Amino acid sequence: MIKTLLQKIGVGAALALVSGLVWAQARYNLQQPQTEVARQIYDLHTIILVICLVIFVGVFGMMFYSVVRHRKSVGHQAAQFHENATVEIIWTVVPFFILIGMAWPATKSLLEMKDTSSPDLTVKVTGYQWKWSYEYLKGEGDLSGVADGVMFYSTLATPHDQIYGSAAKGENYLLEVDNPLVVPVDKKVRVLITANDVLHAWWMPAFGVKQDAVPGFIRDAWFRVEKPGTYRGQCAELCGKEHGFMPIVVVVLEQKEFADWAAKQKTASAAGGAQTAAAAGTAGQPAK
Amino acid sequence: MNRAAANRTILIKLLVVAVGMFGFGYSLVPLYQKICEVTGIYEVEKASAAPANTQVDESRLVTLEFDANIRSDLPWRFRPLQTSVKVHPGQLVQVMYEVHNRSDQAVAGQAIPSYGPQVAGQYFRKLDCFCFSTQTFAAGEVRQMPVVFVIERGLPRDVNTVTLSYTFFKVEGAAPSAARPRGDRSAAG
Amino acid sequence: MSAVIGHEHDHAHGHDHYPGGLMRWVKTTNHKDIGTMYLWFSFVMFLTGGFMAMVIRAELFAPGMQVVDPEVFNQMTTLHGLIMVFGAIMPAFVGFANWLIPMQIGAPDMAFPRMNNWSFWLLPPAALLLMLSLFVPGGAPGVGWTMYAPLTVQQGMGMDLTIFAVHILGMSSIMGSINIITTILNLRAPGMTLMKMPLFVWTWLITAYLLIAVMPVLAGAVTMTLTDRHFGTHFFNAAGGGDPVLFQHIFWFFGHPEVYIIAIPAFGVVSQVIPAFSRKPLFGYTSMVYATTSIAILSFVVWAHHMYTTGLPTTAQLYYMYATMLIAVPTGVKVFNWVATMWRGSLTFETPMLFAIGFLFLFTIGGFSGLVLAIVPVDIQLQDTYYVVAHFHYVMVAGALFSAFAGIYFWLPKWTGKMYDETLGKWHFWLSMIFFNMIFFVQHFLGLAGMPRRIPDYSPQFTDFNMISSIGAFGFGLSQLLFLYVVLKCIHSGEKAPQKPWEGADSLEWTHLPTPAPYHSFETPPTVK
Repeated sequence: MIKTLLQKIGVGAALALVSGLVWAQARYNLQQPQTEVARQIYDLHTIILVICLVIFVGVFGMMFYSVVRHRKSVGHQAAQFHENATVEIIWTVVPFFILIGMAWPATKSLLEMKDTSSPDLTVKVTGYQWKWSYEYLKGEGDLSGVADGVMFYSTLATPHDQIYGSAAKGENYLLEVDNPLVVPVDKKVRVLITANDVLHAWWMPAFGVKQDAVPGFIRDAWFRVEKPGTYRGQCAELCGKEHGFMPIVVVVLEQKEFADWAAKQKTASAAGGAQTAAAAGTAGQPAK
Repeated sequence: MNRAAANRTILIKLLVVAVGMFGFGYSLVPLYQKICEVTGIYEVEKASAAPANTQVDESRLVTLEFDANIRSDLPWRFRPLQTSVKVHPGQLVQVMYEVHNRSDQAVAGQAIPSYGPQVAGQYFRKLDCFCFSTQTFAAGEVRQMPVVFVIERGLPRDVNTVTLSYTFFKVEGAAPSAARPRGDRSAAG
Repeated sequence: MSAVIGHEHDHAHGHDHYPGGLMRWVKTTNHKDIGTMYLWFSFVMFLTGGFMAMVIRAELFAPGMQVVDPEVFNQMTTLHGLIMVFGAIMPAFVGFANWLIPMQIGAPDMAFPRMNNWSFWLLPPAALLLMLSLFVPGGAPGVGWTMYAPLTVQQGMGMDLTIFAVHILGMSSIMGSINIITTILNLRAPGMTLMKMPLFVWTWLITAYLLIAVMPVLAGAVTMTLTDRHFGTHFFNAAGGGDPVLFQHIFWFFGHPEVYIIAIPAFGVVSQVIPAFSRKPLFGYTSMVYATTSIAILSFVVWAHHMYTTGLPTTAQLYYMYATMLIAVPTGVKVFNWVATMWRGSLTFETPMLFAIGFLFLFTIGGFSGLVLAIVPVDIQLQDTYYVVAHFHYVMVAGALFSAFAGIYFWLPKWTGKMYDETLGKWHFWLSMIFFNMIFFVQHFLGLAGMPRRIPDYSPQFTDFNMISSIGAFGFGLSQLLFLYVVLKCIHSGEKAPQKPWEGADSLEWTHLPTPAPYHSFETPPTVK
């Protein structure tokens, strides 16, 4: 049994390394931002990181200098100074002002993230153990009536054998679903997020959106994606045993392709009954 | 005071603090409710007095969307009869929701409202709502129920899209008496 | 263990005058014995929690499910957290408190020696309950150490055992804290004013108040969970007028001060070790007392920074962001003070100092990642990812644990009368240092890149860093066995320690007591000038 286990780990590791090489870029930072909000977050993080690094290098530069030069073994004698009110005040006040400097752009970004008014499209997102459902509630302007009423479930599509067996892992292992959320590009999409059972969280790193799904309550968030493409996220709140297996995929299409897709959904659901999962038609889906 | 008595004094004081903090933990429950009410995140559901200022604000329109959820153990279909309306703040609005009990038994449920954005909740004045009490539906019954409300003129100007969402939860036990007050945290729910 | 100088005890036998056998440990009211038991208990728990971490990291070594199924994985993460927080790190510092506070203030023992015994002996049954939860139907709870509702309501009876264990652990902590506060306030030797106490004693005074304030709130939260599960209440269930987010508020009202309960005694140990090995007084004693107090007070009003994604009102998010950022100020003051203590000292780098410097360096990294997380828009991306896991392991492992190691190496001679093997101690330090960073530094990148936490399997783009992290984990775990060997070797065959093994150590236990410390010390209080 141990042998099988080790074999499995070995095969898994080998496969993973190979596919790791396929993604040759090691990922050190936040994902490529695809919305203005995500871009602001990315830049905010960079600024804060740089400030922290500068302070870190300064402080520990001094500490390591001390470690080298103020050693007993090189004969350094201990000075006996201690207590200095001026210095204490300086290193209390200066960090305080640095923090204010950080808080200002952070406040601006936060206020923008909270503004869900005047959306072009409203979608209700419901978290279940262990999948998502998407219901298109309302479009505005040239989206009016286009996708209203479309509803389907979105479940992990990675085959069981890839997870538990030794089948080779697909390109979007654990980040693929049968029916992705489809939205038009460059439109403000408001998502109303709730849950059916326990807490979940809807997270799209590329959009800078993460919102807890609280059973019995709705929470709203919004995004406006700048480029067509396929974007992937995951559930971000422990929700039971398949928490790691309920990803989110958002396909962003040009307006016309979105309208075509929506029309297909409506025909399919009219044919197949209200609550069944819509046919996974994503015609014209651009390459990732 | 001798040493042992001095020690005992501190012991007792600290024990009182510990017990007090346990009580404080429980007091967070009504405190949280109160704060949610005051900030409008979550309202105790009872009929509001008609708002003092009923002048309609013609200068702006607010898009109201209606959402319906049921917990999966409820054998109902629950939907708003209109998905959205555009209203003026101060205007009296009535919308209808419909429930169809698809099972072959009487089932009771309680609707819980929620607002997106949450801040809009404190500007909703409900005069009549099926969420004020538990609703019982006979087997196979289809019924439409109103929500009558006014959005207060104080709604912040940068909020012009509001979603009113209801989630119906099953209420256990034999058909409960009508008009059970909400916020009642005793058993059965 | 410690030698006894001329005292009668029950069951005295041989030349030792120790009370005998197993019953000595069961009935002891001696703060040194109890401190020893706390430390051994915490080490056993550390290895147990560590084993669970090994299971987690084995599963996460490569994508795919190879080792356990997802339910068991969630149980491992839950128990790992609960055991490490409540079974390992907290009792370890209570062990330090027991051993050192009486000696450092010139008192013969704690104020309530019998309650001290109960405080300890509540712990093994609580630990057993936690472990037992693995074997009941449904297994241990798979809810994370944070136990959010309503997931907790779905769990099997393992959840109830856990709730019971948490209650018992809480009672132990509260009794211990009452003891510590009373001891510090009432039993100081004449001349030892509050502002003359070693900083370690100050940190425990502050921590004990935090414990009394917040452990009962945790008890409330888990009791509400229990009644929601079994007695028809609806605290956390919207159907009955409750709210799942309420649990988070109550839990984190406890949970945030809790992390300072862990960190503040660690600060205290480091504040004893660094001056001793710099042969220089702590730079700003008064400042350090104020900074620690500010951190403790601020810790009460920042809890919702763990909840930025739950849908708090905007004003609340802004407030919590500002308040949380503010904690960086007194924390920075402390770091600057430690560095200033070393500056122009006469430094030597025995194992305690290595761990203390390691603490300083790595805890600060953890502090910076905490600052990053305090910023709401950035936290939206990082909440519930491996970035958070990296952050709290930096402050709690490289922080609290390394500080505990520093303290153990520092005080082993005083406790046992013997020196530990300095070469092996240094090996333990460097191995821990290297492997620790291997585990957790790369986890910052994993979180930034988008890997959520509490998942048993992941997208292959995260493989390389997960592999490095897992290899580091196995190395780190094995290195702690080296620590066990060092301690055992010291106790059984260590070289006899000089009366003052550390030239720069200047608190009462070093200046006024023999090495090893006698079983009863300061029966007559010293006069402190």
